[in-house]
Amino acid sequence: MATDTAATTELSAADEGVRRRDWIHIAALGTAGVGGASVLFPLISQMAPSADVLAASTTDVDVSAIAEGQSIKAVFRKQPLFVRRLTAAEIEEANKVDVGSLRDPQTLAERTKEGHPDLLVTMGVCTHLGCVPLGAAEGESRGDFGGYFCPCHGSHYDTAARIRKGPAPKNLMVPNYEFTSDTVIRVG
Amino acid sequence: MTIRLGGIIAGLAITAVLVLWSLLPGAYSYAFDPPAEPQPSAAFYEHGHGPEGGFAFDGVFGKWDMAQLQRGYQVYKEVCKSCHSLKFVAFRDLSQLGYTEAEVQAEAATWTIPGKDPATGEQTELPGKPTDYFPPVYYAGQGVPPDLSLITKARHDGSNYVYDLLTGYGEPDPAKAAKVGFETPDGLYFNKHFPNVNIAMPAPLSDDQLTYADGTKATTAQMAKDVAAFLTWTAEPSLVERRQTGWFVLGFLLFATTLAFLSYKQIWAGLKPKKK
Amino acid sequence: MSFAWAKQYEPQSAFTKWIDEKLPLPRLVYNAVGAGYPVPRNLNYMWNFGVLAGFFLMVQIITGVVLAMHYAANGLVAFATVEHIMRDVNYGWMLRYAHANGASFFFIVIYMHIFRGFFYSSYKAPREMIWLLGVVIFLLMMATAFMGYVLPWGQMSFWGAQVITGLFGAIPLVGEPIQVWILGGYAPDNAALNRFFSLHFLLPFVIAGVVILHIWALHIPGSSNPTGVEVKQESDTVPFHPYYTAKDGFGLGVVLILFTAMVFFLPNALGHPDNYIEANPLSTPAHIVPEWYFWPFYAILRAFTGDLTIPFTGIVLVQAKLLGVIAMFGSILLWFILPWLDKSPVRSGHYRPLFRKFFWFGLIPTMAVLFYCGGAPAEQPYVLISQLATGYYFLHFLVVLPIISQIEVPKPLPFSITEAVIGKGSAPEAPRAGSVDGGDAGTAPEGSLQPAE
Repeated sequence: MATDTAATTELSAADEGVRRRDWIHIAALGTAGVGGASVLFPLISQMAPSADVLAASTTDVDVSAIAEGQSIKAVFRKQPLFVRRLTAAEIEEANKVDVGSLRDPQTLAERTKEGHPDLLVTMGVCTHLGCVPLGAAEGESRGDFGGYFCPCHGSHYDTAARIRKGPAPKNLMVPNYEFTSDTVIRVG
Repeated sequence: MTIRLGGIIAGLAITAVLVLWSLLPGAYSYAFDPPAEPQPSAAFYEHGHGPEGGFAFDGVFGKWDMAQLQRGYQVYKEVCKSCHSLKFVAFRDLSQLGYTEAEVQAEAATWTIPGKDPATGEQTELPGKPTDYFPPVYYAGQGVPPDLSLITKARHDGSNYVYDLLTGYGEPDPAKAAKVGFETPDGLYFNKHFPNVNIAMPAPLSDDQLTYADGTKATTAQMAKDVAAFLTWTAEPSLVERRQTGWFVLGFLLFATTLAFLSYKQIWAGLKPKKK
Repeated sequence: MSFAWAKQYEPQSAFTKWIDEKLPLPRLVYNAVGAGYPVPRNLNYMWNFGVLAGFFLMVQIITGVVLAMHYAANGLVAFATVEHIMRDVNYGWMLRYAHANGASFFFIVIYMHIFRGFFYSSYKAPREMIWLLGVVIFLLMMATAFMGYVLPWGQMSFWGAQVITGLFGAIPLVGEPIQVWILGGYAPDNAALNRFFSLHFLLPFVIAGVVILHIWALHIPGSSNPTGVEVKQESDTVPFHPYYTAKDGFGLGVVLILFTAMVFFLPNALGHPDNYIEANPLSTPAHIVPEWYFWPFYAILRAFTGDLTIPFTGIVLVQAKLLGVIAMFGSILLWFILPWLDKSPVRSGHYRPLFRKFFWFGLIPTMAVLFYCGGAPAEQPYVLISQLATGYYFLHFLVVLPIISQIEVPKPLPFSITEAVIGKGSAPEAPRAGSVDGGDAGTAPEGSLQPAE
C-alpha cells in the first residue's frame, strides 16, 4: 500500500497528502495485525498444562516404611517414581566405582540429599526411550549391577541408578525434592 | 409458470389446513372454554429482588468482596454441606478467595475425602488435599439436593435467586390461604420465592446460627447474601477476570475500528461525488 | 468469469512468478477477493454480511478445534469436561464463550445476509445457483448448531436432542425406527452423543466446502447491488481490494465490538440456565426451548395443533405432529423454489412499491412474531398468534410473491449503477477507481481518480 505509483503525476503537495493518507492505512493494518497476533495467545496457551494438572505437580511420599534394600513405586506427574532405601553394602559398592569411568559421571552423594545418604529417589523412566525399568518391586531383575534393569533395550543401572551398560545415555533422573519432615519427601 | 401455480396451490392448501383444523378450533376453545383454574399456590408467589444494595460483583465494574466470599464459604461449610455437594470446585480453588497456600492446605485437611488407605488398600476416609474436589454427599432423605457448584448459573438471575430463596421462608397469609384453600403439603415448607411456593428444603438459616470468623453479625439476611456471593464465585470463578479482559479487548477494538473507519473513508474519498 | 476490464494479476518478483507458474494460488485470491474482482461501486452495508459470515465460520472452526482438545464425548464426563474447560484450561472460559456466542453471531449475520437477499431479490437469475447453495449452507448450519448444542450434555442439550430427533418419529411407518437409528438407542445416550460430536466436527468443513462453491458461483455473474441493475460498464465497478476490503474491515470491527461485548459481559444471555444442570433422563425441564436462532421455525412446528381429519367422521388423515414437521421443513425448503416463484424482472425492492410494502409490513413483522412465539410457552394466546403468523409466512412466499410479481408496476430503473450513484448524463465521464494506471491494486485512490485519459 505504501508504494503508490499512480499518484506520482501529482505535485509534491499532493505527495505530502498521499503520505499522510498512507499513514492511516499502515496504522489500521498494523493494529489489525496486533489484534490478530494477540488472539493467538489464548489459542496457544490453552495447550499448556491446565490448573488441575499444575496443582497435581507435587507429590508427597512417606518414606518411613521403606526397609533397607527395599524400594517403593510412587507416581509423580503421572510417571513412576522409585524410592529406594540402600543397604550399607549397596552404598559401599556405589562409592567404590571410579566416577571418571562412568558414562554420566555422578557420585552417589550428588544423587542423594545430605543426611540421607541411604535414600535414593529417582524417576522410574529409562533415559533411553522412556520404558519403566525393573528392579523396584520384590523379585524383579536388578540387572548386572544390582540397581535397575530396563528390559526394553537392555540398559543396566547400578545401585546409585547410574547407567553402566546398554544404550541409555544418562543416569535415571533425580527429580527435585525436599524433606518436609524426617519421614516425608515432597517431590516437584 | 407451473412452479408458481403449484406454489400458490400449496400455499393456499397449507394455510387452509392450518386455519381450519388448528386455528379455528383453538380460537373457539380459547374464546368459549372456561380458562384453566390457576394453581392456588400462584397467589402466594412473590418475585424477589435480591439483597438490599445488591452484590459487590454486580455491574460491569463489579469485583469480588473477598471477606464476603470467605464468610460465604463458612456458611456453606457449616450449613449447606450436610446436604449439598460442590463437586466441580477443588480446595485449591479456595486460594482465589484470598487464602494462602498453607491456609488452603489446612482447610482441605479439615474435610474428609473417600479414598483408599495406602497401607491396607481398604476403602476409607482420608484428610483432604488441595488437589481434591469437594466430596460427594450421601443424602439419606427423599430426593436429591442439587449440587451447588453451578446453581447461580442454573437459575435465572441466580445470585439474587439464591438470596431470595434463603430469605423467603415464613407462613402464608392465613386469611388468604383459608379463602383459596391453600395448604402447604406435609413434608414441604412454604417459601414465597420458590416457583410453586412449596419447597422440600426446610429453612436452613436462622439468626446467629454460626459465628463468623471476622466478627460480622450472622443475621439470616447476612448469611444468605454471603453464601449467594460464594455460590456465584463457585459457578463462575473467572467472572471478574473476564470483565477486566473484556474492557481491555473492547478498548483495543474501538481504537482499531476507528482506524479502520478512517482508512475506509480515505480509500473511498473522491469516489463518491455528491449527487447532482 | 469476470468483466473484461478486470485487472490481471501480475507477479512482481521472481518468486511470485515461479509460484504463479506452479500453483497460481495468489492469482486465485487476487481474482476472488483482490483487485482482480470488479464489484458494483454502490453496495451498502447490507453487503458486508457475506464476508462476516465467512469470518464467523472461521471463528467457530478455530475455537471448536481447540475446545475439542479438552472435551470428551461421553455421557459420564461430558458435562464435567466442559466445566474443566471453564475452570482449569488456560483461557478455556474465553474460548468456550466465544464458541457459544460465535454460533449466535454466525446466525445473526446469516439472517441479515438472507434478508438482504429477500429484499434485493438476490436469488433471481442469473444468481439462482448462489442462492441454492446458500440455502444448503443454512441447512447444514442448522444441523451443526443443533448437534453442537447437545455436546455440553446439560438438561437442554439432552431434552433438545430428545425432542428434535422425536420429529423424525412423526414420519409415518418408518419414523420410529429412524429415530432409534439416529440416536443409536431409545433415548439420547453415549451413542448419540458420540456421533453428534463426530458430525459436529465434520460438518463445518463441509460447510466451508459449500461456501467455496457459493463464492465460485458468485464470481460468474458478479455481485448483485442495491439497484438491481446489472453492471454495464467499467465505471459501474470498483476493484474489491482495496475498496471493499476496507469497508469489510470496518464492518468487521463494528461486529467484533458487539461480539466481544457479549462474550465478556453477557456470555450466558443467549443461553438457557437449564443447560447448567447436568442431563437427567428422568426429569424434563418445565419449559423446553431451542436456541434462539431456531425460534421462528419452532413456532411453525408448534402452530399445527389439530390433526387433519375428515370432518364428522373422526378419521385422521395426517397427525398434527407430522403436519408441524412438514411445515417446519417446508418453510425452509420452499426457499429452494423462490427464484421461480418471484418472476418480477425488477430485482431491488427499492423499485418495487408493492413488494416493498409486503416485505416491511408483511414478512418482517411475521418473522418477528414467529421469533417471539417460538421462545414463548406453548399456551394461548401465543399459539393463536403464531398460527396467524405461520399462515402469512406461507402465503407470503407461495401466494403473495407470485401474484405481485405479475401485477406490480415497478418504478423506473436507473440506466446504470453509475447513473444511480452520480446522476444522469455524467456516466461516461464518471470518475472511477484507478484500474488502468499503476500495477499496484492497493494504491491510495485519489491520485488515480482521473478520467481514463
